[in-house]
Amino acid sequence: MARNKQRDNPEINSSSMADIAFLLLIFFLVTTTIANDRGLSLLLPPDPDTMEQMDIKIPERNIFKIQVNSADKLLVEGEPLTDVTAIKPMIKEFVLNNGRNPELSDTPKDAIVSFKTDRGTSQEMFIEVLDQIQGAYYDMYAARVGVTNKQWREISNDLSDPENKRLYDKGRGLKDGKVEFPMNISIAEPSKIGG
Amino acid sequence: MSKFKKKANTKQEIPTSALPDIIFMLLFFFMVTTVLREVTINVKQRIPDATQLRKLQRKSLVSYLYIGEPKKTSQWGSEPRIQANDVFIEPKDVVLWVNQEKDKLDEVERDQITIAMKVDKEAKRGLVSDVEFQLRKANARKLLYTTLQEMEE
Repeated sequence: MARNKQRDNPEINSSSMADIAFLLLIFFLVTTTIANDRGLSLLLPPDPDTMEQMDIKIPERNIFKIQVNSADKLLVEGEPLTDVTAIKPMIKEFVLNNGRNPELSDTPKDAIVSFKTDRGTSQEMFIEVLDQIQGAYYDMYAARVGVTNKQWREISNDLSDPENKRLYDKGRGLKDGKVEFPMNISIAEPSKIGG
Repeated sequence: MSKFKKKANTKQEIPTSALPDIIFMLLFFFMVTTVLREVTINVKQRIPDATQLRKLQRKSLVSYLYIGEPKKTSQWGSEPRIQANDVFIEPKDVVLWVNQEKDKLDEVERDQITIAMKVDKEAKRGLVSDVEFQLRKANARKLLYTTLQEMEE
């Protein structure tokens, strides 16, 4: 009978379980960072040494010039501009001109957005302008396939899905292996004028 | 009075037996959503904002470069520097570094290497474009400027 009394409450004291879990939690909180793998994606041109040197004359109307100096001041198509967000509608008008206005591009295929900075331009300004240029193109692509800008970016993130690939090719106007609506962004080598 | 007395007799404890479960749930959340820090970042990182963000597909193909003003200005000066892994490198060393990173990948995937550049807001374009030029030479043309999501109106 004495044995029975000892077996009364065979419980493990689990009140410290929460403390143990807290300790682990704090450890993970301190040692980790939330992954930030998002940003502006870009494809650089090939190695300059292997490229053939060719002088191609591009008509003035097909180039949309954006320049930024070392004081982060904008010059768009030769005119000073203070509001960065104004670039987006200007690019859309320029690319979708299709030859109507003789000062803007012939076709979306020929349109080139040229972006030149100074060596003293801050990265913040560069990102802001690049964001506007890419945003203009994403907006146009999205409008061509009838989705929102955000959906378009999600589609282009994952091209392994055949449906996404189909929409992606449609938006960029892929025809016979050639893109009819390319994102022609030319980032020129920075100038060394303003230190 | 008798009514109140009866109530006072009831147990006033909050059951805490589910507390460990709640904490474990939090723990698992943090374990899943985070990655272990691999390098100590020795440069200032004030990441710029942008709206048109794209997400990286495969993390195994990504290598990181950090550019910014060194945190220890007394030791390294206040000029922005490039950090790869745990050391500061010069722009001309980027080709070597890219090749080392490519060697870590599978042979078939080497051309798909993506360089994620975490650049401080105040860093100048001159340095960043020097790195870009070296990346072109090293044939690592996929580039990502890491940015934060800006609130869209």
